[in-house]
Amino acid sequence: MDDQQSQSGGEFEREPVPERALLGAGKFWGMYAGEHTAGTEFMIGPLFLAAGASLRDLMLGLLLGNALAVLTWRYLVTPIAISKRLTLYYQLERIAGDSLVKLYNVVNGVLFCFLAGAMVTVSASAVGIPFGIFYQTPSETFALGAPSFTLLVVAVGAVMAIVAAAGYKTVAYVANIAAPWMIAIFAACGIVSLVQMDANSVTALSDGKFWSDAIAFVQAKEGVKQFGFWQIVIFAWLCNGAMHFGMADLSIFRFARHASSGWAPSIGMFLGHYMAWIAAAFLLAAQIKLSQDHSANPGALAWGALGWTGILCVIIAGWTTANPTIYRAGLAFQGVLPKRSLAATTLAAGMVATMAGAFPNLSAKLLDFVGTYGTVLGPMGAVIVVDHYLMNRFGLRDEYATRTGLAINFAVLIAWLLPVAVGLYMIFWQGLFAAYAVIPCWIACGMIYLVLSKALQAPVAQ
Amino acid sequence: MNSLLFQAISFVALAATIIPCVLYFAEILELNTVKSLALLGTIGWFIATPVWMGRSP
Repeated sequence: MDDQQSQSGGEFEREPVPERALLGAGKFWGMYAGEHTAGTEFMIGPLFLAAGASLRDLMLGLLLGNALAVLTWRYLVTPIAISKRLTLYYQLERIAGDSLVKLYNVVNGVLFCFLAGAMVTVSASAVGIPFGIFYQTPSETFALGAPSFTLLVVAVGAVMAIVAAAGYKTVAYVANIAAPWMIAIFAACGIVSLVQMDANSVTALSDGKFWSDAIAFVQAKEGVKQFGFWQIVIFAWLCNGAMHFGMADLSIFRFARHASSGWAPSIGMFLGHYMAWIAAAFLLAAQIKLSQDHSANPGALAWGALGWTGILCVIIAGWTTANPTIYRAGLAFQGVLPKRSLAATTLAAGMVATMAGAFPNLSAKLLDFVGTYGTVLGPMGAVIVVDHYLMNRFGLRDEYATRTGLAINFAVLIAWLLPVAVGLYMIFWQGLFAAYAVIPCWIACGMIYLVLSKALQAPVAQ
Repeated sequence: MNSLLFQAISFVALAATIIPCVLYFAEILELNTVKSLALLGTIGWFIATPVWMGRSP
């Protein structure tokens, strides 16, 4: 049940997964462990420090936020997944119509490309270290880095796109092998960083001065910022909002034999989004102490802690997560352009990702990007939840597009676009922290879908 | 038998990436030694693990 199986090539894409193809919990635990210990963790961890989060808030906030994310996977996604055993895309098609799913696919594909772009940047930051090419963020959002770094991003992105188009299975295989090693290296980086900050005693660890000194250094340079407990909770909960609230992982859990497999994301959350984020944040704190440099360059951070092993970890972590993301984007685009080969659409997705990766500010603003990603894609999950649990109770027909042959179910289209437009306005024009918009948009989308269905649904023959 | 041997090598290699860091934390090892052992462990992991882990490409 890897991506290749679940999303391509006739693996029950338009039918419920049969009993013989169901999988035990072990597969899910392994997959989530690898998928959420990714190259971007090297980027996200230091951003908490740069944003001014206190160590106590970070430790407790991530604990609560990740627990909420696991509960959302377990109790929102898994029950629907094992009840229907259909992919997200096919369920949406039955509810929203074929044409609307194509629009969703394009949006999904473009956002995947931006996410992959951030991973290309992360990998390039590590590849550049031996060549003396450094990742630096320009002051303007849509400005390129140094010409040498931009060329490096193009080279790394091109290799990733070609490999994603031609050799996806090999990358998935390498990713499986690398996952336990990457987790160990993240932990090793964190431990080494603590020693580099002289924080290898109970007193120093409980005192936390190593952290507050680093925050004070960053804020002296960049101005005072706040990233409080609840902001951390909401971010940790909703940074994968598209996967759980947005129901993307229906495509994964439809293979689960038992609902208890829904606990599997806990390994990804508490290794990747807890231990790895905190370890990566320690890397930046150690760099600040050792060299008074607060730039969050993932390659340089890992090099400072573990030398060549750190560099390899950043490259492999970026590569093994960028490739499936580019591949998924290629699949999404191919859904819209079925006459194009998957290789061609994957290469196109790789090109878009490479262009996105050339703008270093994209990865520097990853906290905002993943929140925006959840705000845009998450609400479609509310449509699925309402359709599954509420339509019949309100005397309405579920899977309305399939029953009526609609290409676009306007109740879904409006219910999706309206809250997302308001959410994006609040994020980009009113400065709302992006992750805060995910749940309000999700609830609004579900309610609007229910009300509009009441108003728009015509009687359908049984 | 071979599979068990390579599994053992993998676990030793993985231990070589993390245990030296704990010893560094306890001020028993130098950082350069930690880096060298981590690199050796990494090489060992990627040589031994494909022999027994997961599916073939």
